[in-house]
Amino acid sequence: MEVKIKEKEKFENETAIPERPEVNLWKDAFRRLLKNKMAVLGGIIVIVLLILAIFAPYIAPYHFTKGNLVDNYAKPGQKYLLGADFMGRDLLSRIIYGTRISLSVGIVGAVTAFIIGVLYGVVSGYYGGKIDNVMMRFVDIMYGFPTLLLIILMMVLFKSTFAVTTPGTFAATLSAIDRAFGGLFFIFIGIGVTAWLGMARIARGMALSLREKEFVEAARATGNSNLQIMLKHILPNLIGPCIVGVTLAIPGYITFEAFLSFIGLGVNPPTPSWGMLISEGYQAMRSYPHLAIYPGLALAITMMAFNFLGDGLRDALDPRMK
Amino acid sequence: MINYIIRRVLWAIPVLLIISLVTFSLAHVIPGGPFDREKPLPKEIIANLEAYYGLDDPLWKQYTDYLWNALHGDFGPSYSSRSRTVNDIINAHFPVSAQLGVLALIVAMVVGIPLGMVSALKQNSFIDYFCMFFALLGVSVPAMTLGPLLIWFFALTLHILPVARWGTWQQAIMPAFTLGIGGAALLARLTRASMLQVIREDYIRTARSKGVSEKNVTVHHALKNALIPVVTVIGPMFAALVTGSLIVEQIFAIPGCGKYFITSITNRDYPVVLGIMLLYAFIIIIANLFVDITYSWIDPRIRYT
Repeated sequence: MEVKIKEKEKFENETAIPERPEVNLWKDAFRRLLKNKMAVLGGIIVIVLLILAIFAPYIAPYHFTKGNLVDNYAKPGQKYLLGADFMGRDLLSRIIYGTRISLSVGIVGAVTAFIIGVLYGVVSGYYGGKIDNVMMRFVDIMYGFPTLLLIILMMVLFKSTFAVTTPGTFAATLSAIDRAFGGLFFIFIGIGVTAWLGMARIARGMALSLREKEFVEAARATGNSNLQIMLKHILPNLIGPCIVGVTLAIPGYITFEAFLSFIGLGVNPPTPSWGMLISEGYQAMRSYPHLAIYPGLALAITMMAFNFLGDGLRDALDPRMK
Repeated sequence: MINYIIRRVLWAIPVLLIISLVTFSLAHVIPGGPFDREKPLPKEIIANLEAYYGLDDPLWKQYTDYLWNALHGDFGPSYSSRSRTVNDIINAHFPVSAQLGVLALIVAMVVGIPLGMVSALKQNSFIDYFCMFFALLGVSVPAMTLGPLLIWFFALTLHILPVARWGTWQQAIMPAFTLGIGGAALLARLTRASMLQVIREDYIRTARSKGVSEKNVTVHHALKNALIPVVTVIGPMFAALVTGSLIVEQIFAIPGCGKYFITSITNRDYPVVLGIMLLYAFIIIIANLFVDITYSWIDPRIRYT
């Protein structure tokens, strides 16, 4: 009896299936992402920027409005680490506070593009036919717009119409929201209007190809409704490339906002935005070039970080490179 | 294929109509008129001016009048520069923007395509990594950083290039480079990816085994096929460069259409705003159309049904 039990155990031990590491798209992708040094560097920079933005009041040496006119255009040194601007405000602190503006614009743009764009694209691609035609025509028309010009037009509209303060009207409430955001609310609207187009196209293309796959047919055969198929099958397969697309689009939103602030149509002073810092420093460039170059470097580093991260994500999520 | 071309051309018309409608509405919703001055003009003068320019007509009539004139090529007068019509303004400023766009495109092609090719031919070598890092930098550094940096370095420190403005060829170097470097980076990555694919094709192997020299294989067989996706990108890139020259024009004080667009919005100069917007939209649509049409001509494997 014991011999048989021992043999049975030996048999089970020898023919046992060895443990395999769990294979999961996200774990795989994360592992590959970590191997990519540039992507890791980009990710670290993004995290540092997030910390700078959230904890700005504790990290920045001075508040961004604190200006000492005596220290007008101070050189970089002990007191002002990167120098001071024309009103004696510390440049480093203003750059750190500016991180808030740029990152919030990037995040809001990304979230808008993701939510509106992906949903629009999935619905359009999944249903196909006439619905797809109509929805994509709308996207094509919006694609024909020179986006920069449209955003500038909208910003001028917002800044002049909603500068009223008579309480109670719709315009006044909107302008109160805007002031609460530090002048960012209308920029969010402006960028959101054009951000979702790219995502919509990508999502629609993928949905069109995904709906021909067998698992969709199987899901339909087992009685899933269209909505369930879209949510449970199509959407999860889209998320990878959409995340990549959104990460790579964030530098575009940041540049838009910086340019709007550069021409004066962005945040209201004294809220510092890197674009506004560059435009102020630009006027003093002949004598104090550091005022324009340091914010520019901050802008470039941020955009580089997102580009590295997006590239790394794209390579990591690529199923062909396994 | 002719059907496809005709359909695409016909689609451009409603797109332009909608863009003109949206721009017209947005421009007229902005409070303030073109005749507001610091010291307000007497009411009768403003009424006279508005009657002269047709601004007292109902909005829909203004819009349809505008469209009718636009179809005949007349984009209306300019409210702020009283001696010029919108046509004059566009004729004066647009060539500058177009020149800048073309120069930037040339910079992008001359810098980007060879870099991409060399990277692909010597894959994973030092040159490859260096060029691709350069390309990543070029895509990431925005014009607003690069412009002042270049101005500071070349004009203020080394004094070999003029600071800003437009006219001589020295003044054109920095703006064209600032605008074009992003495009160069994009083209370099695209050329490299496409070249890598083409090099592995069977017909390249056939050519090599037939004894064709490596140079001929690269130039005559690989390059032509590798450039197909590049050509499809150049059309929209040109449109993006011309319409995106706004930023560079602002930094280098170049008297182009973009800069004028911003000033005319501030001055509530509706016809100029509409005219420039329609012009830019037209360029974007034409560039995309051109690419779609020539793509099927270049690559016989593609046939649009």
